[in-house]
Amino acid sequence: MAAVSLDHGLILAAILFVIGFVGLLTRRNLIVALACIEIMLNAAGLAFVVAGARWGQADGQVMFLFVLAMAAAEVAVGLALAIRFRQSLGRLDVDDADEMKG
Amino acid sequence: MTALFYIAAVVAVLATVLVITRSNLVHALLYLVVSLFAVAVVFYTLGAPFVAALEVIVYAGAIMMLFVFAVMLLNVSADSPLRVPRSAWIGPLVLVAVLLAELVYGIGLSNHALHAGEVGPQQVSAALFGPYVLGVELASMLLLAALIGARHIAAQPEVPDTEDPAGARDEG
Repeated sequence: MAAVSLDHGLILAAILFVIGFVGLLTRRNLIVALACIEIMLNAAGLAFVVAGARWGQADGQVMFLFVLAMAAAEVAVGLALAIRFRQSLGRLDVDDADEMKG
Repeated sequence: MTALFYIAAVVAVLATVLVITRSNLVHALLYLVVSLFAVAVVFYTLGAPFVAALEVIVYAGAIMMLFVFAVMLLNVSADSPLRVPRSAWIGPLVLVAVLLAELVYGIGLSNHALHAGEVGPQQVSAALFGPYVLGVELASMLLLAALIGARHIAAQPEVPDTEDPAGARDEG
């Protein structure tokens, strides 16, 4: 069924991870930064699933489930922080976070 | 199946590039949903239908819905300009291109074929509640902690006391 080679799947995961990383480095909006972290976590999960499909074992998919649970927890806390950030500073620019000294 | 994989891969990469370049936040999030759907198709072609379904239900359904609700709550449309100057893209792009080249070189082109046939929900569940059951418990605790933490962080701050307790003690 799957005639895709292992390398192409891993390269796709690497490309997606790198795109998310570029977004994280360049965009300054807090929500976009969280979305880029989601892209990177998703790419890591894709690498797990590809590696699991290499040997036809279920372990890769199990690890993807753990990545999924971690991403859900991270985004819940991150968006709560974004809401508080916006309430206290009035903007969503991560550069404004340097006012939080002390 | 092979053609499906490559088509979905191209769609995923294009949609993800659009996510990080759009200035409209809602458009970026909707492109992220497209990217997640494309990755779900990739999972299906890799013989992982259970994970493909979870990608659609949990990622594109639940997590992206959280994002959209947060954008609506925050009313970000009237926010400071989201675009960064074009010159700010050069440094990260060059460095990350080097990193990607190293990754692709490290992965190599050895043409290992993937295992034929799919790993269905039954095998995944047997592994999940067999050797990995401790991880499931830890994930449940992590989600509970995240729930309580998010509730605590996002809650409206209580009205602060007009009197500082330490100052009142000094006066008394």
